[in-house]
Amino acid sequence: MNEITGKVSAQYNKAEYYLQLKRTNDSLVQANQRLYNKLKIDFDLPDTTSKIVLDTIRIDSLTQYRKFNYLESKVVYNSVTLQSNYIELGRGANAGIKKEMGVVDVTNCVVGIVTDVSDKYAVVMSLLNKDSKISAQLKKAKDVGTITWDGKEPNLLQLTGIRKSAKIAKGDSIVTSGYTPTFPYGQLIGRVEEIITDKSTNNLTINVRSAANFYNLQFVYALEDLKRDEINKLLDKVKKQDQ
Amino acid sequence: MSTLVKNIFRFILFILVQVYVLDRIHINYLVTPYIYFLFILWLPFNMSRSSQMIIAFILGVTLDSFRHNPGFHAAACVLIAYIRPFIISILIPQEGSDTNYEEPSAKSMGGFVPYMVYVGTLTLIHNGWLFLLEAWQFANIWYFLIKTLLSAAISLLLILATELFFNRKQKFRTNTI
Repeated sequence: MNEITGKVSAQYNKAEYYLQLKRTNDSLVQANQRLYNKLKIDFDLPDTTSKIVLDTIRIDSLTQYRKFNYLESKVVYNSVTLQSNYIELGRGANAGIKKEMGVVDVTNCVVGIVTDVSDKYAVVMSLLNKDSKISAQLKKAKDVGTITWDGKEPNLLQLTGIRKSAKIAKGDSIVTSGYTPTFPYGQLIGRVEEIITDKSTNNLTINVRSAANFYNLQFVYALEDLKRDEINKLLDKVKKQDQ
Repeated sequence: MSTLVKNIFRFILFILVQVYVLDRIHINYLVTPYIYFLFILWLPFNMSRSSQMIIAFILGVTLDSFRHNPGFHAAACVLIAYIRPFIISILIPQEGSDTNYEEPSAKSMGGFVPYMVYVGTLTLIHNGWLFLLEAWQFANIWYFLIKTLLSAAISLLLILATELFFNRKQKFRTNTI
């Protein structure tokens, strides 16, 4: 079924993609700008008295390993108007996309999680889905909560499970917590738009303006966690020991 | 054009318009217009109820697989396909009118008002059942009611426009074959 709807959607997307070239190009330029600003060459030492010293005692400093790998993919179908929105990608198991991979947009902001894969297509549960739940953290206050969506306004998410005493202000960044193998720590989800204090609970409900623009998704990256199998094996082993 | 070819053509057209045009619209972050179920309302009179329900199921499942939903539209479509014959038999003006014409329209149902009652009732049932299944809660009943009513109103407006744009030729057939 995914294969059939994927084929039809890919045909339609050819036309839509052409009409959105300008906006897609703009977002790619922005992504490039962010990356260029992270280049080492852009940073200078504060003064001449301090200098970088390589610590030679550190073992393993040279054998770095890669933890996350970015897999590029084209979006062929996307919706924002429904209660449960899904995104369809033009690449599937043949290109190495697997279930439960995290998906980010070109500016590295969270979009969703892969829920189903066929040979050539993959289905992603968008953040704009009533069943979507993603572990999130306040970047400044370090409090961990859950990102959900109430199904009303697209691009406006809800963060729950933050205690009332947390130091939080409008405009704070919400990032992924890194507690699940889906996303690494610190990937931007959105910014605080409104803080609602509900007297009946001990927790705040926070409206979050999503950083990814779901109205204009043409390219996304699926995040492959190369250590996932190892972690899962370890978890299974611990669970068996507990029983 | 034979009835079968005409209906296959309609099926494809309604699904494509719904998925790629109307699903992109979100009026006031609340209402998405629906029109694809007009296909069921336009099915011929002389079909048996079970075959109507099977066709409605196929229509719903097609839309569901495009949206990756677990069968919400299939359920709503089968429901209105089941209720459709009851409403037709209540509203049809005289005995035999459903054999004189091929499919429901303002002409074959004896006027504009009965036809709009037929369309309006089924639109309300379809949208109400669909949103109920989607939300599966009564926590926010006003939101649900307003959403159903508004989306039904906009669907009706679209159906009216469709009827005016595409004049379906309804030949009068005698039932003496």
